[in-house]
Amino acid sequence: MIRILHKTDINFIKLRHIFFAISGVIVLTGILSLSIKGLNMGLDFTGGTLIQVKFDKPVEIAALRAAMDAGKVDASIQSFATENSYAIKVKGTQENVNEKANQIIAALKTMQGASFTEEKRDYVGPVVGRDLAKKALFAMILSMFGIIVYVAFRFSNPVWGTAGVIGLLHDVFVALTAMSLTNREVDLVIVAAFLTIAGYSINDTIVIFDRMRENIKLFPKMPLGELINLSVNECLSRTIITTFTVFVTVLVLYLFGGSSINNFAFCMLIGTVTGVYSTIALCTPMVYQWERKGRK
Amino acid sequence: MNKLHWKIGSILGLLILSVWLLYPTVDWYTKTPDERAKLEAVRLRPKGILNLGLDLRGGTHLLLELDVAKLEKKEKVYDAVTRAIEIIRNRIDQYGVGETPISRQGERWIAVDLPGISNTEEAENLIGKTALLEFRLVNNSTEAQAVVSKAESMDASPLNKDGTPIPEIAKLLPKGTVLAKATAGQDNDRTRYYVLDDTVPVTGAYLENARVETDRQFGTPSIGFTFNKEGGRRFEEFTGANVGKYLAIVLDGVVHSAPVIKSRIGGGSGVIEGSFSMEEARDLAIILRAGSLPAPVNIIEKRVVGPGLGEDSIKKGLMASLAGFLLVVLFMAVYYKGGGLIADVALFLNFVFLIAAMGYFNATLTLPGIAGMILSLAMAIDANVLILERMREEMALSKPVAMIIPTGYDKAWSAILDSNVTTWIAAIFLFQFGSGPVKGFAVTLTIGLLIGMFTSVFVTRAIYEFWLTSNPKELSI
Repeated sequence: MIRILHKTDINFIKLRHIFFAISGVIVLTGILSLSIKGLNMGLDFTGGTLIQVKFDKPVEIAALRAAMDAGKVDASIQSFATENSYAIKVKGTQENVNEKANQIIAALKTMQGASFTEEKRDYVGPVVGRDLAKKALFAMILSMFGIIVYVAFRFSNPVWGTAGVIGLLHDVFVALTAMSLTNREVDLVIVAAFLTIAGYSINDTIVIFDRMRENIKLFPKMPLGELINLSVNECLSRTIITTFTVFVTVLVLYLFGGSSINNFAFCMLIGTVTGVYSTIALCTPMVYQWERKGRK
Repeated sequence: MNKLHWKIGSILGLLILSVWLLYPTVDWYTKTPDERAKLEAVRLRPKGILNLGLDLRGGTHLLLELDVAKLEKKEKVYDAVTRAIEIIRNRIDQYGVGETPISRQGERWIAVDLPGISNTEEAENLIGKTALLEFRLVNNSTEAQAVVSKAESMDASPLNKDGTPIPEIAKLLPKGTVLAKATAGQDNDRTRYYVLDDTVPVTGAYLENARVETDRQFGTPSIGFTFNKEGGRRFEEFTGANVGKYLAIVLDGVVHSAPVIKSRIGGGSGVIEGSFSMEEARDLAIILRAGSLPAPVNIIEKRVVGPGLGEDSIKKGLMASLAGFLLVVLFMAVYYKGGGLIADVALFLNFVFLIAAMGYFNATLTLPGIAGMILSLAMAIDANVLILERMREEMALSKPVAMIIPTGYDKAWSAILDSNVTTWIAAIFLFQFGSGPVKGFAVTLTIGLLIGMFTSVFVTRAIYEFWLTSNPKELSI
């Protein structure tokens, strides 16, 4: 039998203050980054026009920018250099459907000696953007409430449910921070990634909670700290294996999945790690902290 | 027959059913693109196949908003949108592009998907034209002529963007009249204007047919139309009562021609002349035949994916997913040996069932949809890891093999159930409130989780039990 881990006996509860400090620093970084840099909101939410073109040969991004400036288009340009593709974006316009797009195309055509094909064109009207943002937010809030209610019901303990959801919020927030720090764009697909992270995070927490629930029945006299350590250690090889398989899959997507799925995969990479981290470092120590106080 | 036979039998039965359901999809996608295009054009695209989303096959997604403010007061918004959808469908069908899903979204939005079309200007014109055809009398009173000469001498447009006259023109207009622009004629220097009576005796609603006609002498296209019985009668009465006056033929608020009524026009037919190109005339005829929209529509969202990008992303996404999948399969088999192989078999079945189910529901696979699939497969693997780790724990207590399996499953079950249900809760809300890509993700995730629970728990257990009937003492995990 191949084993990654033999029986371990790590005292995670003892390390909790270090974990709390690490998370505190990350969350603080996130708050700072979000309030200073903010999020690079995608077209889906701001409304606007995007045109992605593929040139037949490499093009200087400066030349592209010059062409846009000459055409009086205030656009941001993103390059997918390996594919000779460039996305030209104008956010938050109030124009009609093809106005900005035609301006951009006209500006591109002034570029000398470069021919291109249009790969993608998006136009999102301002009303649609607001609607999409509203719906996405709504879906997130509702699903989190759904999760709290279910966990509280299954473990007949609101403390556990709350701890689980705090872990989940932490993970989504870390992913959000990562998006803000790397200036990656948050669009609808990223919202899907956030929800996947939420699902994955709570999934991992529940596996440990499930083991704790079982161990409480087996060893009713065991102190809570010891019980949590036992449960986490017992599940550790499962945690590592599952994380490893998901991480590898997402890593392959991140490295080779192409430009359209890259941001999603990036988000998921962060989420896979934090999902596991938050269970061990936040959720279970929080249960320890709160339940112990309650018992005194 | 014992219980185990039933289990194995039902799994094999499901596998056969899945392959059966998969056949149309496989058959369809192994055809050459030309063959597919031909079949689509005559609307023989089979039902019950897995569709590829626009992000994977290329195409255009349009979201239209019905301008409710311009609706006739008595018409309900819901009915108006229904009618608009029907008319748009009519127009697109006559235009001859294959399967085009058109759906209502929210209160007054209409989503139109045009697969395979990335040059959409023509399609946009076809869909977006209100095509309200009206016949109105031209008002030639002295006040009216004064307005026209003032309007034509102005540098700025005398009309606002929404078609209402600017205040200084509005106060000059005689009661019961409106100002309308004319189509640009040969002499392009000045736009011409007409003052029209605001009563509309005959509209395009009475049209029975419209077709392109060409002038014998110059070959310029025009549109011939025929009224239905009621329309013919009205038109005859109306022209009879107004001989000697000018009749304006107005399309979407623009005067196309304004001939003088020489005599009562019977027979219920007529011609719209204007400076059309052949394509314009053809599209206009289609639009008139299909009927006018209850109110103007505006494009509020448009997403175009060129065919190249679609192909590219599907190739890359699929290759990457496949590679990740193979790595996981390999890892499981190496790490858990026999148990890992069984998990791999379940994973494979999971994949087959999932594609078959999606084909059966005529679902559309998008890029985020593939991501949802990957998550559901990852959770199925997690379920098997949970079970196998439990079995190893039991094994370490040197329990007999016949005990290890049921205990492993029983102990892992609550964790598997809870984790799947929580993810499922999230997926349901996503499906309900998400739109476009988020929805695609939620669909595959929801179906995937259900199938994953079945294959990773029920199927693997049946395989273990089957294995035990011949090797009651061995277990390779």
